[in-house]
Amino acid sequence: MPDVASTKIPVTVLTGYLGAGKTTLLNRILSEPHGKKYAVVVNEFGEIGIDNDLVVGADEEVFEMNNGCICCTVRGDLIRIIDGLLRRKNDFDGIIIETTGLADPAPVAQTFFVDETVGAKTSLDAVVTVADAKWLKDRLKDAPEAKSQIAFADVILLNKTDLVTETELKDVEMRIRAINPFARIHRTQRSEIAIDKVLGQGAFDLDRIQAIDPDFLEGGHRHFHDEDMRSYSFSSDKPLDPDTFFPWIQNLTQTEGPNILRSKGILAFKDDPERFVFQGVHMILDGDHQRPWRADEPKLSRIVFIGRQLDAAALEKGFLGCVA
Amino acid sequence: MADTSTPSSLTSKLRPVDLGGAVVGLRFLGPLAAFVLGEGEVVLVGEEESRVRAHNGAVLSVAGDDKRILTGGDDGRVVATVADGTTQALFEQKGRWIDQVAAGPDGAIAFSAGKTAHFQPIKGDAKSLDLPSTVGGLAFAPKGTRLAVAHYGGVSLWFPNAVAKPERLEWKGSHRGVMWSPDMRFVVTTMQEAALHGWRLSDGGHMRMTGYPSRVTSMAFTTGGKFLATSGSSEAILWPFASKEGPMGKQPSMLAPRDVRVSAVAAHPRDEVIACGYEDGLVLMVRISDGAEILMRAPGGGAVSALAWRGDGGALAIGTEGGAGGLVAF
Repeated sequence: MPDVASTKIPVTVLTGYLGAGKTTLLNRILSEPHGKKYAVVVNEFGEIGIDNDLVVGADEEVFEMNNGCICCTVRGDLIRIIDGLLRRKNDFDGIIIETTGLADPAPVAQTFFVDETVGAKTSLDAVVTVADAKWLKDRLKDAPEAKSQIAFADVILLNKTDLVTETELKDVEMRIRAINPFARIHRTQRSEIAIDKVLGQGAFDLDRIQAIDPDFLEGGHRHFHDEDMRSYSFSSDKPLDPDTFFPWIQNLTQTEGPNILRSKGILAFKDDPERFVFQGVHMILDGDHQRPWRADEPKLSRIVFIGRQLDAAALEKGFLGCVA
Repeated sequence: MADTSTPSSLTSKLRPVDLGGAVVGLRFLGPLAAFVLGEGEVVLVGEEESRVRAHNGAVLSVAGDDKRILTGGDDGRVVATVADGTTQALFEQKGRWIDQVAAGPDGAIAFSAGKTAHFQPIKGDAKSLDLPSTVGGLAFAPKGTRLAVAHYGGVSLWFPNAVAKPERLEWKGSHRGVMWSPDMRFVVTTMQEAALHGWRLSDGGHMRMTGYPSRVTSMAFTTGGKFLATSGSSEAILWPFASKEGPMGKQPSMLAPRDVRVSAVAAHPRDEVIACGYEDGLVLMVRISDGAEILMRAPGGGAVSALAWRGDGGALAIGTEGGAGGLVAF
């Protein structure tokens, strides 16, 4: 129901390791003359230089849901804050949530799928991660949070590109690609970027999953010894059996959910004229029929996982075992 | 299951009120119905209608007694509004949200901002209590000066005038709304999960009330505390609280089943009757003994977000998310 989805308030999650340029980006978004007004959930007051009565402080209260989902943590403070903000929903066009530099984006994202009220009235638009071009490689080695933020991102601002050489930039981009092949990477300086490249991305909107671009996936096949976090993609041109696929993916996310940060797929089922698309955050999966396959389009099923310490051979075997 | 009969109807007695904003709370101040709108206004409806601005921003919580309505807002204020439309700020802390408010005996109030609960009596010193996480719910005990403060991991029972450390009732998870049974033997919370949790205060016994398809956002004890009526399902769920052990080991009664969910309930102050509002705007009055239903309001105007009975039980006020209001006097 796209007409219902479009009336939901979009929420952008802004992450990035300490000092990467997150607050600079936030201040840019708030100060540019785009005619839109955003409610902002921040961790620390005072960093934002803009006078805005819709800036709310968060308490970063992460808690586990008692729903048998072991990795299902949500942000209780966000549920309350969004509940409160929705009472003056005519005052703003979107919500931006800034997380701390050390935050794991998963509980923030999961909040939008687990809480019914929040999910009914808002939609997660994208996770935007600001990364420091000079220091990201080091952080990927020593800071698991930085790795999660890259793995989780839909949009990555590779910032402070003026402090590195082109070779270094290419190298860090390759590292990013190895972890996360589907994020859009933008090279920036002082977090300078057109706002439409950050907001209104619809990254979690099933209707907007167009393709899982094979070019992007190349990086996924590279192997870095220091990367326990990486992406895995598999495809098949033979139609899948939904009666095998769904139990498999459900079992997989139940057992490997803590290690799978994001997943995404476009699937061709046997005797089914429509594309089935899904996306997931840890154990939470969201999927639906999207549209009929076009005549000029190869009926290729493709699935991508971003995670840590995943057994690639077992994943491939499991996926290919779903061929009808 | 076939819809057996068309319920009898009182919709001809409904006086619609166009409120123009989502209703987040509703109380009677004597004969007047006070509708609290999410965007900061209170609409007082009697013979005539008047409108006052209580907050410069959103109202986050509503409580009160029969003389005044208390609201907590994202403008950092706790405001009391009385029947003549006078408003008074009882507390103000700039830059904070007042997440919860509660009205106590003798005009005392309690409210919370983040992790801090505050108690403010008419006479004597104001007190505060820091909790381990943000306060999800606040409720005064029906008698005496004692507060139940819901938070992550359980409820703290706080005597603000005593030195003793608050007693902690523990249960894993996020507790949002909290309520005492009228006889003060039980404390019940609504949880982030689709469940209620209760404690029997005599021995700390746990009561898990589960099986809801969605989160419970509205609950009320029926007259005498016999049942706890709740929203959250496609019928009103009534947990039996009349016996000493509470609802443990018993099945709840289910009344007024429909194909849409109950979004608000309110218990009649004198009779064993509840008002039951649904997500499509329909409101039924239901007799608990036999489940007899009377239609009070036809669908429309969004989900029913608030219901209140007049103190004598002779009128029902209805508010919806879509800004529609209604009054039914018998």
